Amino acid sequence: MSIEKIIRINKLSKKFGSFHAVRDVSFEVNKGDVFGFLGPNGAGKSTTIRCMLSLIKNDSGTIELFGKSYDKNRSEILSKIGSIIEKPDFYKYLSAEKNLEIFARISGASVSKKEIQEMLDFVGLSGRGKDKIGGFSHGMKQRLGIAQTLLHQPELIILDEPTTGLDPQGIVEIRNLILRLKTEQNKTVLLSSHQLSEIELIANRMVIINKGKTIVEGDVKELLNAQEIVVKIEVDRLNDACELISNSFGTKEMNSINEQEFEINIEKQLVPKVNGLLVQHGIEVHSIEPKRKLEDFFMKIIQS
Amino acid sequence: MLLKNTYNEFIKILAKPRSYLGIGALTLLIGIILFAMKADGSSFISFVTASFEQTLSFNGNILNGNLIGFIILQMLIVHIPLLVALVTGDLISGEAAMGTVRMLATKPISRTNIVLSKFIAGAVYTLILTIWLGFLALIVAKWIFGTGDLIVLNSDGLVILKSDDVMWRYGLSFLVAYLALLTISTLSICLSAFAENSIGPIVSTMAIIILFTIIGSLDVSVFDNVKPYLFTTHMASWRSFFEDPVPWGRIQESIIILLIHNVILVSIAIFKFNKKDITS
Repeated sequence: MSIEKIIRINKLSKKFGSFHAVRDVSFEVNKGDVFGFLGPNGAGKSTTIRCMLSLIKNDSGTIELFGKSYDKNRSEILSKIGSIIEKPDFYKYLSAEKNLEIFARISGASVSKKEIQEMLDFVGLSGRGKDKIGGFSHGMKQRLGIAQTLLHQPELIILDEPTTGLDPQGIVEIRNLILRLKTEQNKTVLLSSHQLSEIELIANRMVIINKGKTIVEGDVKELLNAQEIVVKIEVDRLNDACELISNSFGTKEMNSINEQEFEINIEKQLVPKVNGLLVQHGIEVHSIEPKRKLEDFFMKIIQS
Repeated sequence: MLLKNTYNEFIKILAKPRSYLGIGALTLLIGIILFAMKADGSSFISFVTASFEQTLSFNGNILNGNLIGFIILQMLIVHIPLLVALVTGDLISGEAAMGTVRMLATKPISRTNIVLSKFIAGAVYTLILTIWLGFLALIVAKWIFGTGDLIVLNSDGLVILKSDDVMWRYGLSFLVAYLALLTISTLSICLSAFAENSIGPIVSTMAIIILFTIIGSLDVSVFDNVKPYLFTTHMASWRSFFEDPVPWGRIQESIIILLIHNVILVSIAIFKFNKKDITS
């Protein structure tokens, strides 16, 4: 059975003057994916997303959403999408409820006041519906933004940097909300973020772009497992441990952190063997801690 | 979808404090004029009629609601464009400045409909402003000063219109004045489609009005071919209804030119907004 493609981007290019913001970017998002869209600042993520939402016209390449192009199906396509681009902006002089009413009215679905209230409850803004947006914190606006994207029951949700500017608690709240979209509502989500660890926690597939070009696309676990990871190991006899690992696995990249801790670059499947080897030779292993790998992976990829 | 978004536009206009600024300013200005006329209107009338006193004698209630309405219209029609542009110049660019244009343009509504709904909302706001002007300038003035024959000083001389011959003229003159103000509204919406901030279109609208008015008033032959096509030339066409006989041909020409301006300006706004990359 073939997997339904919700997004198909093929050789998308966009120039602003002489600056090539996006150059031949291609990727596909399957139905039900939480798809991570990664890249450093200025990589072309927002431009790509804006092209995908018809905010910007691409110079070349094709964009297919739900198997259709924008040429003759713009309204139909957009009625199935909910999105936040960079940050959700609302009419500050209107209440949260009124803002949602306004966007719901033109989103292609009839939404009742009860549904608006339920959506405010869903995003944790119960009791704040009558308050004007002018008094909302950034985190509250982000949650209201997600409410706005969900009101018309879209099939695809596009979130461009949804956690930018949020405090750690806000980041966790938004992350949980996105996970609930996947688990409770089975939505397809495209998520661009600077919080690389977040993509690792949420996404099942991802694409990395840099300088407007696609660098790599695939399954998050497969891409990360194929790479060496950095492991921090704490032992009682550091020199013996390093020598033993070096002799047994030929590992050359080892850095001492202090008298008991060191880091090694090693393939993920070798970690249990390293642990076994150390214990077997009477070395006490106090801890083995994998470091966040997506950042390293990301840096390696874009540097190469 | 057009109607739904037009309804949205009304909600936004009603919620913005600046929308009430125009109505408030209009009320204050007319209130001041009415107060001044009540307090010292007779000396104002004496000053105006002084040059005719040797050949004409004026009897009855000259300082009546009809005359006050005419004076108010003549005084304020120059200033109302600013009050109109204050609201309509913000309709598209204000969305860009706030960032809400991103949200709007990613909804299943065409960009053409977004511009058209803003145009309709701007037109209704301008209509409300014109009706309010008419109510204060004519109805309230008549209530305070009573009714009577209308004496109008034109470039050709003095025109005296019977009180029962005035109201239809006012009705039609308000319609033409509305069309002129609608052109201002459309111009500022058009400029708004090019801008990312609210102030630019408002200032540009006023700058264009001033520039065209100056060109229109310059007695230089090089502008003679241009003048008939400037919308500012036709902004005072409402006044033609108070001539005797009414120059219907001239009024018709003004209406056509103003309508053409509206169509062209809306078309430019739609074209620009459709072509625009939304990067804000």
